[in-house]
Amino acid sequence: MGLDIRLPIGMMFTLIGALLAGSGFLTRGDDAMYHRSLDININLWWGIVLLAFGLLMLIPALLKQKN
Amino acid sequence: MPTNISLTWIDYSILFLYCLFVIGIGFALKRYMKTSADFFMSGRSIPAWVTGLAFLSANLGALELVGMAASGAKYGIMTCHFYWVGAIPAMVFLGIFMMPFYYGSKARSVPEYLKLRFDERIRCFNSLSFAFMTVFASGISMNALAKLLHQLLGWNYDVSLWICSAVVLVYVLKGGLTSAIYTEVLQFFMIVLGFAPVVYLSLKDVGGWGNLKHTLAKVAVDPATLDLSTKTFAPDAWTSAWKPLLGGPGANPMGIDLFAMVFGLGFVLSFGYWCTNFLVVQRAMAARNMGSARRTPLIAAVPKMLFPVLVILPGMIAVGLAYTNKDGYHLPPRAVSSSAYAKAVPLVQEAATSKLAPAAATKAISEAVGIKLSEPKIAALLKDNATNPLSEKAIKSAIQGAVIENDYDGIILSLVQKYCPPGLLGLALTALLASFMSGMAGNVTAFNTVWTYDLYQAYIAPNKTDAHYMAMGRIITVVGILLSIACAYVASNYNNAMDIIQLVFGFVNAPLFATFVLGMFWARTTAHGAFFGLLAGTGASALFHATTITAGNVPGIKGGYLAVVQTFPSEMAQNFWLATFAFTVCFVLTLTLSLATKRTKTDEELKGLVYSLTPKLVDEEKSWFLRPAFLGCVLLAVCVVMNFLFW
Repeated sequence: MGLDIRLPIGMMFTLIGALLAGSGFLTRGDDAMYHRSLDININLWWGIVLLAFGLLMLIPALLKQKN
Repeated sequence: MPTNISLTWIDYSILFLYCLFVIGIGFALKRYMKTSADFFMSGRSIPAWVTGLAFLSANLGALELVGMAASGAKYGIMTCHFYWVGAIPAMVFLGIFMMPFYYGSKARSVPEYLKLRFDERIRCFNSLSFAFMTVFASGISMNALAKLLHQLLGWNYDVSLWICSAVVLVYVLKGGLTSAIYTEVLQFFMIVLGFAPVVYLSLKDVGGWGNLKHTLAKVAVDPATLDLSTKTFAPDAWTSAWKPLLGGPGANPMGIDLFAMVFGLGFVLSFGYWCTNFLVVQRAMAARNMGSARRTPLIAAVPKMLFPVLVILPGMIAVGLAYTNKDGYHLPPRAVSSSAYAKAVPLVQEAATSKLAPAAATKAISEAVGIKLSEPKIAALLKDNATNPLSEKAIKSAIQGAVIENDYDGIILSLVQKYCPPGLLGLALTALLASFMSGMAGNVTAFNTVWTYDLYQAYIAPNKTDAHYMAMGRIITVVGILLSIACAYVASNYNNAMDIIQLVFGFVNAPLFATFVLGMFWARTTAHGAFFGLLAGTGASALFHATTITAGNVPGIKGGYLAVVQTFPSEMAQNFWLATFAFTVCFVLTLTLSLATKRTKTDEELKGLVYSLTPKLVDEEKSWFLRPAFLGCVLLAVCVVMNFLFW
């Protein structure tokens, strides 16, 4: 029906991923903050995963709309 | 009180973005809602992968997420039987054998199928009980979530309840079933991607699957340390799915026997739920063609099979972490309510003057709060208070600190709290809210359809214009949500009332599959047989409950109030046997009554509704690997492999 669902899903995860990865990048020296996530900068890494997933949904949907 | 987690701007931004997008989907779909068929059935135009993920998501309410982790902690990997013995075979059966009749009959709902197959009586019975159940189910789930958010985040109960409901209301009102389905897909990804990092971090922390198995083996021999059970089990009780089951009810923490598990849960309850519940079937009925409708549950079965990793494993990990006391982690204790404090605090204060022995005092205070308390801790509190009277606040926190009963429902959030830095925290909480909203939207859309088509149009106002029914649909959506909120408040005030209602769900659900399986696959089944069979089956489950009880319970709401004919080792065993009994009564009675009464519908009328009278379906898919039968066989094969892997 009308709306391609990949569009909102892709947009949302691209935005959330960028937000999370961005904040992870800015706080990359903050050992106290990442102590609880086992000293992994989980915001940066998981943000990148979400960003990749978002783009994977978004790009094919945009290409399809163009054609 | 567990320490509250405070959220930062980034957590709120993620939450806000999510809300913005689900509401946005509702508004984007508004212009497509032209007829009532668009609003209630999505105009039957949705691709299979979308309906498939929605099928799964609608069932994945907050209760499932929270409850499965709780069961994972209490019973270990045996909880997976809800998936690998229960859900998957039932979903395959629905896709291959039942969807052709639901979709092909052009019925708009499951109760309407019953009307086409039998008559009005059974439709009325089914739609009424279904309407009640969806409203109450949604209310119970809302109460559970708002309570959890209040306990762990310190959020206001009313605010979280009303805001979450308002978001769901807006997008369902705007885009009807389509927007519920579309947001369910978005919510599905949100739930998976929001919880996956938490599971990854906690599994890494507990030392991987190998180490977890090792720790759980120690827990199984000594579950009393964590207050999991008073019995002891073989070392593999938490980590093998079948071996503890073969040892009989005494050898597994669920207290269940093989037959009840395979027949009661695997066959009766699971097939009854997945194959007849309109909440999930509605998603498949919105698919764009027969092939897509049949593939819907099959597509849903793929992630469903892997879901134990996301929902059951965290519970097991929490037990492992708590046993080794990793970084001071312990299972969340049950929270003492403010009304319980009001009774308990004076007792503590009086104990200073009455010089009661610590054992007797602990017993009295435990009874007042209704939770087991640690005797040494209460003794210490009484001593402190006797030497130097403590403030009321200090007494309260000491009582909460002495609680030794676990709040299994809090496990998921306790892991989120332990592992998530700001940022990921927002994502995980959004995932929790998403699961809650998807379940609620599922209930609301199923409720408004059944009300409008099966009750309002059928009995109250037939022959009105389509616009009239569409307006009715919108009104009843608002009413449905308000009723759910009311039920949430009832649930928060009267625990007992909710136990009774959940019991009634059990009574209604247990025999239902017998009616459907006979109706769909045996043309001789008559309307009288089906109606009275179902009625008797429902009565039989109530009677079964009234005459059986679980070891350790007193007769009353937990059963046995008429007489105690049979005692079961656990509530779950009682439940599964109840289902088995009700199913058998309904099946046998429907069969006998059908043979004794005359058919009221001709073969021609039953075409498309009964297996033997419907022309064999020609698969329209060109590629053999897209055919439902092939997909179903692959799924079942993988499912068998899973069972062997965790034997």
